[in-house]
Amino acid sequence: MSDSKLISKIPEGPLAEKWTKHKADIRVVSPANKRKLEIIVVGTGLGGASAAASLGELGYNVKIFCISDSPRRAHSIAAQGGINAAKNYQNDNDSIWRLFYDTIKGGDYRAREGNVYRLAEVSNLIIDQCVAQGVPFARNYGGLLDNRSFGGAQVSRTFYARGQTGQQLLLGAYAALNRQVAAGSVKSYPRHEMLDVVLIDGKAKGIIARDLTTGKIERFGAHAVVIASGGYGNVFFLSTNAMNSNGSAAWQCYKKGAYFGNPCFAQIHPTCIPVHGDQQSKLTLMSESLRNDGRIWVPKKMEDVEKLRKKQIKASQIPEEDRDYYLERRYPAFGNLVPRDVASRAAKERCDAGYGVNETGLAVFLDFKTAIERLGKDVIKARYGNLFQMYEKIVDVNPYEEPMMIYPAIHYTMGGIWVDYNLMTTIPGLYAIGEANFSDHGGNRLGASALMQGLADGYFVLPYTIGDYLSHDIQTPKTDINNPAFEESEKAIKDKINKIFNIKGKNPVDHIHKALGHIMWEYVGMARNEPGLKKAIEEIRALKKEFWANVYVPGENNELNHELEKAVRLADFLEIGELMAIDALNRKESCGGHFREEMQTPDGETLRDDEHFMYVSAWEYKGEDQEPVLHKEDLVFEFVHPSTRNYKD
Amino acid sequence: MDLKLKIWRQKNAKDKGRFETYEVKSISPDSSFLEMLDILNDQLILEGKEPVAFDHDCREGICGMCSLYINGRAHGPDSEITTCQLHMRKFKDGDTITIEPWRSAAFPVIKDLVVDRYAFDKILQAGGFVSVNTGGVPDGNAIPIAKPKADESMDAAACIGCGACVATCKNGSAMLFVAARVSSLALLPQGKIEGARRAKAMVAKMDELGFGGCTNTQACEMECPKLVSIAHIARLNREFLVAKLRD
Repeated sequence: MSDSKLISKIPEGPLAEKWTKHKADIRVVSPANKRKLEIIVVGTGLGGASAAASLGELGYNVKIFCISDSPRRAHSIAAQGGINAAKNYQNDNDSIWRLFYDTIKGGDYRAREGNVYRLAEVSNLIIDQCVAQGVPFARNYGGLLDNRSFGGAQVSRTFYARGQTGQQLLLGAYAALNRQVAAGSVKSYPRHEMLDVVLIDGKAKGIIARDLTTGKIERFGAHAVVIASGGYGNVFFLSTNAMNSNGSAAWQCYKKGAYFGNPCFAQIHPTCIPVHGDQQSKLTLMSESLRNDGRIWVPKKMEDVEKLRKKQIKASQIPEEDRDYYLERRYPAFGNLVPRDVASRAAKERCDAGYGVNETGLAVFLDFKTAIERLGKDVIKARYGNLFQMYEKIVDVNPYEEPMMIYPAIHYTMGGIWVDYNLMTTIPGLYAIGEANFSDHGGNRLGASALMQGLADGYFVLPYTIGDYLSHDIQTPKTDINNPAFEESEKAIKDKINKIFNIKGKNPVDHIHKALGHIMWEYVGMARNEPGLKKAIEEIRALKKEFWANVYVPGENNELNHELEKAVRLADFLEIGELMAIDALNRKESCGGHFREEMQTPDGETLRDDEHFMYVSAWEYKGEDQEPVLHKEDLVFEFVHPSTRNYKD
Repeated sequence: MDLKLKIWRQKNAKDKGRFETYEVKSISPDSSFLEMLDILNDQLILEGKEPVAFDHDCREGICGMCSLYINGRAHGPDSEITTCQLHMRKFKDGDTITIEPWRSAAFPVIKDLVVDRYAFDKILQAGGFVSVNTGGVPDGNAIPIAKPKADESMDAAACIGCGACVATCKNGSAMLFVAARVSSLALLPQGKIEGARRAKAMVAKMDELGFGGCTNTQACEMECPKLVSIAHIARLNREFLVAKLRD
């Protein structure tokens, strides 16, 4: 079914000329008129901060909202490994085309060619911008920028700042933002949470936000609204996302009519610290960059596995010939640097076969022995010192002496709000950028590409495309927050909060969230099948009923109340989880991180069905307890030929 | 492990606040400190009581949100960590643990263990940036930077803005925080250009916001989870002096 709202607006013409042509074709707003226009940006991670700063510099009046006490806390800060760009500084035959190709292949041919090419095209500008801001990227002794390798690529194109690349890039964008706050073009609203988007005559004209410190519900008007609130990985309860990361801002857009794209595409990251018990609240990621020098293995012999579990031997005592470096064995061409989805499934396969190396049987080794022998401890320390320290603090094992133990965990959501080439959702005036949109990573995101996309959208795409929309609004007065649409929306939010408060049931928020996480991990996690997904939908619906009948939120509404914040988000997670399962059930193929057990090759690789599923699923909300409606955006490949992803040779 | 917790409870900024004592049982030594508080909160909620409010987010030691003063130390009894990286194996069965918010005139308490650190944002807004707009900048490799300089800049840029330095300082000074930003940028040619102006503006804002003066006790460096060195304060002072001399 094609749909009149699902027009991707990819420009015609040769791939390399699309963005240039589009920029020439779209309208701009004069400086005098920009001063009259207001933009709301929700979220202050790499996407939101870079967008808000750039829009402020252009002269728009910007309001930014974040749930933390400062924009700098946004979870982009925790990205460790790096950011990709097609600079070809290493002379290893990298190019915009190669970065484009790796990304579209890495995403298992479920992203748009036009978007991905543009992403690769602007990647180089990002590095220049960050350097100019004073981001202290790693350098070599000649004073030039250094690179390292990441999964899914055979070139070294990843720029990094030790193991804190996300932090440094965010501090750069945050500094640019601070400069605009000081200049008066950006107004900052920390500890504020967007609870609804307000539409007037079908266009996004503002938001309703809750001041998390006072509980006050406030109205904010604008000419356009930008959602940069990140992904919804915390639907799984345990994930590498920050504790406060949530999908609620994006979800309110969906409920107001924005289509939601590919909700089932979630990334499971292969290198996380394994779960230690049932009292855990959060999983910790170990950077993918570790796979540059770390080798992943499990024992070949079951007797060694048993001894390891009983702590009768240490991993370092197992001789070389008794180790199964299963990624090197299965994927000789890419080895330990296969994409994340492939590495995660391979770890699961070994653990399911009984070779998991910790007490729970859900862990594999990531070993630096060979690299330390080859390069020396000092080199390894210079490259990964802070990650090794982090590991040791958490696990109490020295990774210079014993291999790390890792296991896959939920990390990122490729799915998100559907947007066109201009990053506009199906609601006019409502934009979604960064992880909050669905657009660039298809079924699997390559490492070091999230930072690239967040900053590409915020610095170099949205500031151009939003002007095209706003150029029609130069005569439009400021949005009146006394408009009935605001009143209605505010009332609905207040009612919802009161309803949650007044349930006064017996079940704490986290208990229900953990139960949701178990359902998601079991049935909508690394391996999915039809009966499991149907069961998940049923169980999530029951859990949703339990929430609305029996959740308990202590405290008061008119003050800082973390339990209330969590409850409001969980109400949405329950609905997001259900849509993920519905989407996963619909997509009867395996691609990227979406692995349907019914669809696999004899050697356990993903089996795509291009004939039936070469499309973006875009779901339309139809109301409380109504089935959502699926719309399909067909993916057209003019420039690359979708083939079976091969990381073997 | 069974533990006794003495925790600061304060309903809001106006409330006087007081310590309350709680007990938690069967805590795994592998649990993180914040997971232990999660367990306490779960217990409180099930008893129909209000949970303890504390700031936290990434739980990986990088966002700078967590901010607890534990047994008289910012981020508790371990070095080079944030509160979220502290693990219960650092305590003994039967211990009594005292937990307070950051104490500083510039960081008013919002509730229980949560403080308002917006003053840090304001200091950075005063000058903690390089004045370049998006676009129109030179190629990344057009500005070579000696590796030791870039590395030292990164050492300072590792600051997570948690405020442990302020909470630890007997004067409540934010010098290490300011120095980290000023020094990180001053070490790079891009940032050097407006170095003096930046130092002056940020120090002036720090003073205006009610942070105390620096008397070189070095306590900040001892408790900094990212080991930001007080050598950066020396560089800040140099930049500041240059600015003053130009006045």
